[in-house]
Amino acid sequence: MINEEQELRVKRIENGTVIDHIIAGQALNVLKILGIPDSSQGVVSVLLNSPGKFGIKDVVKIENRELNVREVDRIALIAPNATINIIRNFNVSQKKKVHIPIFVEGVVKCVNPNCISNSNEPVTSKFDVAVEGCLRLRCTYCGRFISEDIAKHLL
Amino acid sequence: MKFKGHHIISMTSFSRDMIDSILETAERMEPIALGKQRSDLLSGKVLAVLFFEPSTRTRMSFETAMYRLGGNVLNLGSIDASSIAKGETLADTIRVVDGYADAIVLRHPKEGAARLASEFSTVPILNAGDGAGHHPTQTLLDLYTIKRESHLEGVKIALAGDLKYGRTVHSLCYALSLYGADITLISPMELRMPEEIIKDLEKRGAKVTETDSIEHAINEVDVLYMTRIQKERFLDPTEYEKVANKLKITPELLANVKTELKILHPLPRVNEIHTGVDEMPHACYFRQAFYGVPVRMALLALVLGAME
Repeated sequence: MINEEQELRVKRIENGTVIDHIIAGQALNVLKILGIPDSSQGVVSVLLNSPGKFGIKDVVKIENRELNVREVDRIALIAPNATINIIRNFNVSQKKKVHIPIFVEGVVKCVNPNCISNSNEPVTSKFDVAVEGCLRLRCTYCGRFISEDIAKHLL
Repeated sequence: MKFKGHHIISMTSFSRDMIDSILETAERMEPIALGKQRSDLLSGKVLAVLFFEPSTRTRMSFETAMYRLGGNVLNLGSIDASSIAKGETLADTIRVVDGYADAIVLRHPKEGAARLASEFSTVPILNAGDGAGHHPTQTLLDLYTIKRESHLEGVKIALAGDLKYGRTVHSLCYALSLYGADITLISPMELRMPEEIIKDLEKRGAKVTETDSIEHAINEVDVLYMTRIQKERFLDPTEYEKVANKLKITPELLANVKTELKILHPLPRVNEIHTGVDEMPHACYFRQAFYGVPVRMALLALVLGAME
């Protein structure tokens, strides 16, 4: 039985997307990758440090917006275990896991200050993504790797 | 093997077959590079040479390569007198120059510049060095030198000097791993080759040994590849002197090496190879500088589709 206080915290949404199982502390970075608030007109709720079956997690609820596959997979860079629930008329109409993409563009900034992608050129950053124990991004331009604290390098 | 229209950006995109094909073509180019034969293979073709950083050997050998094959060279000239000084982006410069030339040679201080140029160019880009990034034509001429002066398959090679920052040694090692090389790395602790690269080389089939003593390593090898240690890498100048003195090749040091040992150096040298070594049969660094010409001739002929 959910008491009133808990219900207020996790209010159900009628239509939109619920991103669950985000690593605790990464919800705001998820919003950053999705370009929220600029890209969403609807209400966005963020739940930080929510207790779950596998420890604490973050949850993001975006009303009246259904995320597409490309957006979802970009989230995988910082929240590889996240699940995406598409909500229609208060019901979960689709439930999917994020997949780590093999290539990302315009999401992360290269750590190499001398990389051409960090200069005044008309290009966006591009990275090949590999999973070798941990997640490793390799800049398509200069070849420099980012393997730690990817969230710190989000554009 | 078709190279027509290909960009030459980094060695990582080359298979062993591709390298072999370039080196074989270079061998055919040698009499022309030496001026013993005339060629008009690239007659009517124009090569644009864009050097945003100073260079002697690379720029001149590309220009010679083009002239020896009957082609023409368009030089960017001084940066100060160009649109770049007015703040033009590299992307725009490339889009303009590719309307003037059939291929573009580019040296740029930023890593990834050649890759970016290839995204905007309709003609082949040949990377002549991008910051601390890649310098594939140097690697190809190093491989050609090893092939001509010694052998590539299973070569026992020692690389000495700055193995941490030296871009030429990194891409040379990667390429050598394709030939199952036995690689000895000689460097002071502070300039060791990054662990990540060593692991990668071993994964690719190379045998890698590390040491900081040049005396022990050089008696067993077929090739010694020397590099310059840059003074600016050291905060303390006395530390630099100490390290630089430990990695110095002198005629005395070569007393017990194999007769067929060949010494390479990408040049310019400072004092890591004593001038007394220059006249010894081991020295081949000046021939190595010449080999840059047939290798670049081969690349130009291949990417411009004059040869297959």
